[in-house]
Amino acid sequence: MASSTYEPKNRFIKAVNQQLPILSLIHGAVGAGYRAPKNLNYWWNFGSLAGVCLVVQIITGIVLAMHYTPHTSMAFSSVEHIMRDVNYGWLLRYVHANGASMFFIVVYVHIFRGLFFGSYRSPREMLWFLGLVIYLLMMATGFMGYVLPWGQMSFWGATVITNLFSAIPMVGDSIVAWLWGGFSVDNPTLNRFYSLHYLLPFVIVGVVILHIWALHIPGSNNPLGIDVKGPQDQVPFHPYYTAKDAFGIGVFFLVFAFFVFYAPNYLGHPDNYTEANPMVTPPHIVPEWYYLPFYAILRAIPDKLGGVIAMFAAILILFAMPWLDGSPARSARFRPIYRMLLWVFVADTFLLGYIGANAPDDVLHLGGVEIPFLILGRVATAFYFLFFLVIVPVVSRWETPLPLPKSINEAVLKKSAAKA
Amino acid sequence: MATQTEADGVTRRDFLYVAGGAFAAVGAAAAAWPLIDQMNPSADVLALSSTEVDLSNIEVGQSITVMWRGKPVFIRHRTEQEIAEAAAVNVASLPDPQTDAERAMKPEWLIMVGVCTHLGCVPLGQRGDYNGWFCPCHGSHYDTSGRIRKGPAPLNLEIPAYEFLDDTTVKIG
Repeated sequence: MASSTYEPKNRFIKAVNQQLPILSLIHGAVGAGYRAPKNLNYWWNFGSLAGVCLVVQIITGIVLAMHYTPHTSMAFSSVEHIMRDVNYGWLLRYVHANGASMFFIVVYVHIFRGLFFGSYRSPREMLWFLGLVIYLLMMATGFMGYVLPWGQMSFWGATVITNLFSAIPMVGDSIVAWLWGGFSVDNPTLNRFYSLHYLLPFVIVGVVILHIWALHIPGSNNPLGIDVKGPQDQVPFHPYYTAKDAFGIGVFFLVFAFFVFYAPNYLGHPDNYTEANPMVTPPHIVPEWYYLPFYAILRAIPDKLGGVIAMFAAILILFAMPWLDGSPARSARFRPIYRMLLWVFVADTFLLGYIGANAPDDVLHLGGVEIPFLILGRVATAFYFLFFLVIVPVVSRWETPLPLPKSINEAVLKKSAAKA
Repeated sequence: MATQTEADGVTRRDFLYVAGGAFAAVGAAAAAWPLIDQMNPSADVLALSSTEVDLSNIEVGQSITVMWRGKPVFIRHRTEQEIAEAAAVNVASLPDPQTDAERAMKPEWLIMVGVCTHLGCVPLGQRGDYNGWFCPCHGSHYDTSGRIRKGPAPLNLEIPAYEFLDDTTVKIG
């Protein structure tokens, strides 16, 4: 990586930077000192968007914590207190609640970007693994955050998810009692979830720093998936990508604001505005939308332990992608058959999400045909694993990629010549 | 160096490293245990582990739900028909084989933890394909003895430890 060094003109700044080269660090990480491929498209905006989401969640979360009470007898009413009495409390809570959904949307697009353009391939495996660790931490944080308002979905979601661990042979029940701090989800559970929900975002910040560090060793991947050959293939991150990221943030905030101001409860569940009642299970328990595909996989397997294993495997299998994919080309742009199957896989995850939102006993009416959701869920789950275990390894090794451009620079010049 | 080197290249310093490292590991594990064990049920939670229930007001065909250890416990005064249905089942055909007599100390009183053995939801009474309990979360059906008959739950509804203090009082836990 050819990079310019940071040379401040102001004597005072120069002296500070000499003793603590933090400005040089920023310059090299997200400033003019970091040179990125010049053909990055808008899919590459989602990394910085995810960073923005994390900052929004931490800021709103810290101020919400000033008004929230983590006790079973007061948690629900303290959230209503935030909504009704605290100045701008409604805004802060809606930003935080919808911010979680926005964070997951952004991260799902970011993960898809990596899958499509082969960003998990050598030499970026470590970058990919760290990203998946962030995703796992996000799932844990999001789950525990959803428990805090102590509504019916909070309580029963917590009950179902913690009970997943009871499927572990021999020690399952002891582990669940340990997680609960009792014989059911109760005050000790709420307290520890609150503690961890406050802690984990800062752990995520730490892993994000590692993620960015690991990004800067090989540098960014690009839509062509070919290596950078020289300085003619790159532009400095600042001002080119800082400007592009800033534009993306502006568009993203419009979407975010639409949900916060016009549909603040659209992505939530009305049952969570009923206070938790350990004696009554709501007729239909669903997790937050971002877990629905995995929830569908859990329910598709008729065996309890098997379902739990399949659900965790569905996420952990992403760690194997660098080895499953053996194509000579990174980017799906040059792999038409694989690309088509990848889109089918994306459709399958949406279908799983839809199935996860419906009761397993229900039936999907498609024209005149009736398909039970249970059967549909099993087929969709089978395809999910078929994609990773058969389609990726076989198609990537069998399909001959289209000819790759000689360099990023050549491809960019050819494209602009064709436009002119 | 004054350290004597053995024939195989192992020095006294190596031994000190291993012994010192092992000691530090034991110390770290001992320090970690209180941090782990603090999450287990505390003394006050364990102390609230039994409850007494008066059964005299429950008519035949009625159920009540009482709270025990933060969980619902179903107490059902079963009808003759329900007892007969529960007893007539071929035990060998069940996913979790148990006779009705093993599950109900007195046949008219069925006392069990109202928590689905799948993922912990509270099943609804007198529903489902077997006229027993039905869990709305993932569709497990239990019979009139609370035994799993259909769906993803692996086990029958749990029977808590209980004893009849007299004809109309039961102590759970």
